[in-house]
Amino acid sequence: MKKVKKKINFKSDVMNQSTGQSWVYSDVVKDHFFNPQNLLLEDPEPGEYDAVGEVGSPACGDVMKMWVKVDKKSDKIKDLRWRTFGCGSAIAATSMFSAMVKEAGGMKINLALKIKPQDIMKRLGGLPERKIHCSVLADKAFRKAMNNYFRVSDQPQRIIALSGRIIDKRLNITDKDIEEAVLEGARNLVEVQRKLKVGVGDKAAIPELEQLIRFYVEKYYGKG
Amino acid sequence: MLPYFSDKYGNASSLHAFGQIAAKAVNQARENIAKLLNCGIEEVIFTSGATEADNLAVFGLVNALRKNNNDKLHIITSAIEHPAVLEPLKILAGQGVEVTYLPVGKSGLVDLEIFKKSIKDNTVLVSIMYVNSEIGIIEPIREIGEVIEKINAERAGQGGKKRIYFHTDAVQALNFLDCDTKKLHLDLLSFSGHKIYGPKGIGVLFVKSGTPIQGLQLGGHHEKNLRSGTLNVPGIVGLAEALRTCSRDREKNNKKILKLRNNFVAAVKKRIKNVRVNTDLKKSTPSLASISFVGAEGESILIALDLSGVAVSTGSACASASLKASPVLLAIGIKEETCHSTIRFSFGKNNTEAEVKKVLKILPPIIERLRKMAP
Repeated sequence: MKKVKKKINFKSDVMNQSTGQSWVYSDVVKDHFFNPQNLLLEDPEPGEYDAVGEVGSPACGDVMKMWVKVDKKSDKIKDLRWRTFGCGSAIAATSMFSAMVKEAGGMKINLALKIKPQDIMKRLGGLPERKIHCSVLADKAFRKAMNNYFRVSDQPQRIIALSGRIIDKRLNITDKDIEEAVLEGARNLVEVQRKLKVGVGDKAAIPELEQLIRFYVEKYYGKG
Repeated sequence: MLPYFSDKYGNASSLHAFGQIAAKAVNQARENIAKLLNCGIEEVIFTSGATEADNLAVFGLVNALRKNNNDKLHIITSAIEHPAVLEPLKILAGQGVEVTYLPVGKSGLVDLEIFKKSIKDNTVLVSIMYVNSEIGIIEPIREIGEVIEKINAERAGQGGKKRIYFHTDAVQALNFLDCDTKKLHLDLLSFSGHKIYGPKGIGVLFVKSGTPIQGLQLGGHHEKNLRSGTLNVPGIVGLAEALRTCSRDREKNNKKILKLRNNFVAAVKKRIKNVRVNTDLKKSTPSLASISFVGAEGESILIALDLSGVAVSTGSACASASLKASPVLLAIGIKEETCHSTIRFSFGKNNTEAEVKKVLKILPPIIERLRKMAP
């Protein structure tokens, strides 16, 4: 691309050259991208946070790490910090996620665990459709951090079995996530990968992944 | 070019006066292009762009060769070709054509010795791009052409042996390199208008006379049956003019762009630690600098630059339709995680030192910030 002088248009989209798809970045997204909330730039002291969770791998192009402080009495999120190697949407979505769980004195853990990528998107004013996988990472990292918390705080009964099996070990993606991707319109491996990056880093997951996609597509949309 | 959108709107295939005005313009354009490619006017085939030209070269040749022949054919290409060549080859491979993908070295160069060894008795096509669009490396097209010509001369004496045809995708080359099809020993060459400051939606496939080739589009008689469809007259006129201008100013532009690019790369290396310059500055066109900013994610860099008014490209996952790391960067031995931290800076004749200065000012804090954000 040529480096061209142009007026900064804050309503502008980023357009993908090869697919023609526009990536609408709302003002909220841009604000969270340039001024991300609750970043943790220095590694914390041991014991400073109650739990930590990390998902992703640099080879897939996304890593998300989260630290959480919990108010044990009220079971609310006291603090949540994060760091990421990820694209603009990942930064904005995680920033928004962190703001959501800290709102109004902190969200109850059980409620925070119910936050879906779609909820984050709503608050962001939308994300480009094929970038949803990025915000998926925020709730994944949080789930992992909470499981870590349940383990260390001796509440094994609360550990979320992720209501299914982990299919992609590197990104911690479960059959539930794949079901959701299909519900959001993905019909085949390429489309599911566009949303979730599943199987990109964990190639061994692909055969089972394809089977699951077929299963859910048939379940929800009938046989093609 | 502009009058051919409005006043001179005739269809170049029509016999009436309007048509003939358009036909005359097309002929003139064809002549000018042929002169610059050092080929005959009948060897210039207009297409909708380089993608179509590449497709036509690969499928067209193979279809023509398979017409009266069931022999297994062999094609040689490189691991870093444009998808417009690789995708057709993938389909042909599925139909039983044998394809060899030559590996490339650290700077992206095809190795001539490896190339020579990969040639088989049933090799019929070699397709190697002149300049790679992601890293700017210039492939040894002339040397490859010489090897092929020598083998063809030997084969001609041996009767019954197949001739090897040589195709190059020269999209990224025309601005900077002489594309004399005779000097390069080419049978097929593709390029497009918009990469040489011309219009989009127009391209050329040079087809050396006598090359077996079959059109892919049916239902017209245009371009010697090789490319059915009404000619894009304004595009053709614009393309010819763009090619003329870029050939005329080549040396002057090369010098200017090279200076901009090299100064930029040197300054980036000085101001930002832990960068990897993937473009071989001595063996590339002056327009490109592919740089990996280890630890900072590419698309985030792209968006931060874009919102500051600087347009660049990533060669990686999120920016392209696939989520995988760039095959070109992987082929030159870059680690997957580094691929995701790679930005492609392109320099053109209209860029200025002031613009480069501006980028150098805003880039370091962007990288520093993103690196700090990474776990």
